Amino acid sequence: MSPSPSFFKATMAIVYKDLAAELRSRELLSAMLVFSMLVILIFNFALELDIKVRQSVTAGVLWTTFAFAGTLGLNRSMAVEKDRGCMDGLLLAPVDRSAIFFGKAISNLAFMLIVEAIVLPLYALLYNEVRIFQLSFLGVILLGSIGYIAVGTLLSAMSVQTRTRDVLLPILLFPVAVPVLLASVKASGGLLNGATFAEILTPLNLLIVYDVIFIAVAFMVFDFVVEE
Amino acid sequence: MIETKKLVKRFGLKTILRGVDFSVQPGEFVALLGPNGAGKTTFLRILASLSRPSLGSVKVAGYSLPHESAQVRAKLGVVSHMPLLYPDLTAEENLQFYARMYGITNYQSRITEVLQMVGLEPRRKDLVRTFSRGMQQRLAIGRAVIHDPEVMLFDEPYTGLDQDASEMLDDVLRSVAAKGRTVVMTSHDLARAEDLATRFDILSRGVIAASATQNELQSTNLLAFYKQSIN
Amino acid sequence: MQSKPIALTILDIISIIVLGVAAYLALVFAPTELVMGNVQRVFYFHVGTAWVGLLGFVVAAIAGIAYLVTKDMRWDRFEVAAVEVSTMFFFITIVLGSIWARPAWNTWWTWDPRLTTAAVTELIYIAYFMLRQGIEDPEKRARFGAVYTLLGGLSAPITFMVIRLFRTIHPVVIGSQSAEAQGGFSMTSDMKVAFFFALFAFTVIFIDLMWRRIRLGSLQEKVEELKLNISM
Repeated sequence: MSPSPSFFKATMAIVYKDLAAELRSRELLSAMLVFSMLVILIFNFALELDIKVRQSVTAGVLWTTFAFAGTLGLNRSMAVEKDRGCMDGLLLAPVDRSAIFFGKAISNLAFMLIVEAIVLPLYALLYNEVRIFQLSFLGVILLGSIGYIAVGTLLSAMSVQTRTRDVLLPILLFPVAVPVLLASVKASGGLLNGATFAEILTPLNLLIVYDVIFIAVAFMVFDFVVEE
Repeated sequence: MIETKKLVKRFGLKTILRGVDFSVQPGEFVALLGPNGAGKTTFLRILASLSRPSLGSVKVAGYSLPHESAQVRAKLGVVSHMPLLYPDLTAEENLQFYARMYGITNYQSRITEVLQMVGLEPRRKDLVRTFSRGMQQRLAIGRAVIHDPEVMLFDEPYTGLDQDASEMLDDVLRSVAAKGRTVVMTSHDLARAEDLATRFDILSRGVIAASATQNELQSTNLLAFYKQSIN
Repeated sequence: MQSKPIALTILDIISIIVLGVAAYLALVFAPTELVMGNVQRVFYFHVGTAWVGLLGFVVAAIAGIAYLVTKDMRWDRFEVAAVEVSTMFFFITIVLGSIWARPAWNTWWTWDPRLTTAAVTELIYIAYFMLRQGIEDPEKRARFGAVYTLLGGLSAPITFMVIRLFRTIHPVVIGSQSAEAQGGFSMTSDMKVAFFFALFAFTVIFIDLMWRRIRLGSLQEKVEELKLNISM
């Protein structure tokens, strides 16, 4: 008789599986990346991103791009589990179900960070925006992504089970993710415009509060979302 | 090995199962037959801990559901009409993933063993998306037995398979999945069920309408028994 | 057949009376505000509806938690009633607020924390109904609805706090002072009477509507049940 795996091992098994599958097909990442580039292209002309405008909107443009690309990835990542019944396979494993949440959330976060790791240098290159490469800016990007993915993973597990699944995720996610997106824009925008760490402390705190609350809540309610 | 008492399952106002009393002894192979919408799949999903019973008690492998579901899941293998496999991973990687999810240490030798049993050892490095439906289903059986479960549940395992593939699946089901295990299978295919199972239970209108062992059936055939029980 | 409870009928009548009295107090009894004139009278109903809108939102989140703990469908009906009634009141709040904002702030809309949070909350409600619409199984619908009201209830206050940050740095049309300062006023005692009575009146109306909506929910379920019995 086999023993139950530890929570951590099961979580990592899911992450490893997702990354291995994505490394092979690259369906999700390429879709997210191409989409991100298109969004930036549209913003470039829609907002006429000259040097003066960029001063104030760079953070907003980047976060909008990440949020849109993020829903694309979240949707796809959960649909892969749902479509071929693999979600049942995960649920049949003798582990606590929140391990599934953390596994999916970590791989979604990995996808989001990979996209950001490619889009940010590209943006810096296109607009000569070297201030992107400061550690605190990247830290804000990380914190914002964590909160966004935590809620997004939970909501995508819900939306794939509905009739209107493809259109529903952004509608559910955006109003609930308003705080994380706005706080991130505030903090990262401040940093780009030369604000000190103390000046962005309030949005940063709110970001951390949001991350902690929503990871905890998602952990607690995930069972309700997958049970029948 | 499996025992349900007065099991009721409702979806909203619709009652799918209305007091199912069902028990399976260790080593039995029970075929659960019944018309569409009788609640066979729902019943199996409850046994598999994927669905919560609304009322009644369920015991599988000595543990009760839904409170000890993790223990039940450790002793349970499920083959459904969907393969539960990831198309972008190889056969080997799929099994590795499930081995990890079941906490198996030293899974390399177990994976080779399982792949040999289901006859897919030569294809172990191939992506599952290149497999035929029949091969996927055989690998799904390999996936379900990777942790050497005591109880197996088959939910319409033949769906979408042609004659050849079904025959091959028959062999694998008999030699790999069912051997020395307790099995419950739902199926529409009476002929195959007759071949495999040692007992036949008819689920109709949310209750077990009739039950007969293979020995008891010898005089009549299964089809006659089935028709008589439904009406 | 379940007939309408007498207490509900009485509450209906009381609701109509208090609405009338509140309207009288707001429109006639309360003195005209010196700076803004008659348009300030909108304020009594504006705050009244906002209060019950907020109340409904909190009640819905609590009912959601109660459902997840007990799995009792009555909590689900309670939650839906709270969300529906409060969606309507919030909408009225926003419309009344705009009517007041036009002369007071010289704009129908400003991205003030309160206004924005109200708008986001309204969007959360709409998403909530869309989510429920996409699910057949009533139990799953209840579970997902409960989870979503919980998420909404937690994010709305953070939204409010986050948007306040934007205002301190990006002053909106009304200048650097807070929204209240522009068009703010201190209440006379007669105004206070009208104000507190409006709060009371809308609380009564809220309870009345909640009651009716919950009753409607259980009647709906009865109908479904009867239909099912016929088809069997």
